[in-house]
Amino acid sequence: MKPTAFEYVRAGSLDEVLTVLEERGDEAKVLAGGQSLIPTMNMRFAAPEVLIDISGVTELRGIEVRDDVLRIGAMCRHVEVLNAPEVAEHAPLIAMAMPNIAHAAIRNRGTFGGSLCHADPAAELPACVLALDARLNIDGKSGPRSISARDFFLGTYMTCLADDEVLISVDVPKVMSENVTFFDEVARRRGDYAMAGLASQATVRSGFITDVRLAFFAVGEVAVRAPHAEQALQGILLQDMDADAICSAIADDISPFDDLTTSGAAKLTMMQVLTRRAVESFAKQGAHA
Amino acid sequence: MTGPLAITITINGEPATRAVEPRLSLADFLRAEGFTGTHVGCEHGVCGACTIRVDGRTARGCLTLAVQCDGLEVETIEGATGNGCVADLQDAFIENNALQCGFCTPGMLLTADELLQENVSPTRTEIREHLSGNYCRCTGYQAIVDAVEQVARQRAERT
Ligand SMILES: Cc1cc2nc3c(=O)[nH]c(=O)nc-3n(C[C@H](O)[C@H](O)[C@H](O)COP(=O)(O)OP(=O)(O)OC[C@H]3O[C@@H](n4cnc5c(N)ncnc54)[C@H](O)[C@@H]3O)c2cc1C
Ligand code: FES
Ligand code: FES
Repeated sequence: MKPTAFEYVRAGSLDEVLTVLEERGDEAKVLAGGQSLIPTMNMRFAAPEVLIDISGVTELRGIEVRDDVLRIGAMCRHVEVLNAPEVAEHAPLIAMAMPNIAHAAIRNRGTFGGSLCHADPAAELPACVLALDARLNIDGKSGPRSISARDFFLGTYMTCLADDEVLISVDVPKVMSENVTFFDEVARRRGDYAMAGLASQATVRSGFITDVRLAFFAVGEVAVRAPHAEQALQGILLQDMDADAICSAIADDISPFDDLTTSGAAKLTMMQVLTRRAVESFAKQGAHA
Repeated sequence: MTGPLAITITINGEPATRAVEPRLSLADFLRAEGFTGTHVGCEHGVCGACTIRVDGRTARGCLTLAVQCDGLEVETIEGATGNGCVADLQDAFIENNALQCGFCTPGMLLTADELLQENVSPTRTEIREHLSGNYCRCTGYQAIVDAVEQVARQRAERT
């Protein structure tokens, strides 16, 4: 199908984006890569009156290595993040996730920020920024603010962004030598949205595992951390990690519901399989650390 | 204003200045310009029939607006055929029966060519994974993977 008619504004600067958003409010939508917004408009699930193309706004571009964080511009295309040596070095979890996002032609246009703002429950990047405790830098009519990934996602396709706000960039804490990371998902084919997935990071010090973050996706309304399972790993000696106990704790954290293709029960099993793989991988990585 | 906007897109090396409605997709724009090798199937990004190149990289013609491509270079299967960059793939597709109706073929060729530019000796799994966003309803994919694998070998021998 074709979208309904709309106005198109190609913004030359961040100021211009914010001015149009302030004037047009909820009639307007930001257009980044268009790889989620345009299909929704083609299917007429969305019919914004104005699209503000942000692809030319320099403030939203680029990947920058800072003191403690890697700053990824909202308008960085998936392919740029996938190929960036800075991302592989400082945010390996994101580098591991990238090849799983859609197909090459879609990664050539879709953006890092667009994926976060779209907040698809099955998307990889919301889980990654949750697991990494990243901060999202936002600007709008009431001024700039920075918010933790934990507070950004509100539900399926819902974030805390106001109608007049734009995501500018994401600050991802740089990985440290004592970190262990794991990413995996179950999907029917490479590039399809996952049926269940896990993005995780932890810290290993003197053989003990701490600061465990397990962020699951495609199992609920939005990517979620699993606090009971994290607790079951917290402070444990690597060789004493008990995969059975952790897997049973997951059932206390999340009861996935059925979606179009996969039952909740199957998703729970997939989450437990992924968790076992994570525990094995942590043990291996920790042994080398 | 939802009315037409003036844009210039370089299609296969030739600049075209046109007034287009913002909602016109790049795929529909190209077809109206006579480049009907850009096929339109699902119109929501899943089938890959509309694959073209924008500034040298593959993109979905159905998920890109013509107005977004103002000032950019677009290459269609007609352009890629004209400059010969996919000639070996085209020969291998015919030789291996890697097409029947041909609806998916332009997108398959451009997508396969992008893979071979980035990875000179892909495994069969890598070929399948790279082509996973392009649907073929006729061949069952096996012959397509055979053809791409054959061209990878030929290109490696040539260099
Ligand atoms: C066939 C297909 C398969 C896919 N598979 C996957 C997959 O496996 N995993 C996955 O994660 N994704 C997948 N995607 C989605 C893809 O990753 C998109 O690129 C991404 O979800 C949205 O990014 P975008 O830049 O295209 O955003 P757009 O489509 O331009 O925008 C999406 C939404 O975010 C808003 N927005 C965008 N940028 C900003 C900003 N800076 N500030 C405020 N609001 C903003 C827009 O207004 C819109 O509401 C798939 C898409 C397709 C078509
Ligand atoms: S028509 Fe564009 S992907 Fe199907
Ligand atoms: S040859 Fe008919 S769809 Fe592929």
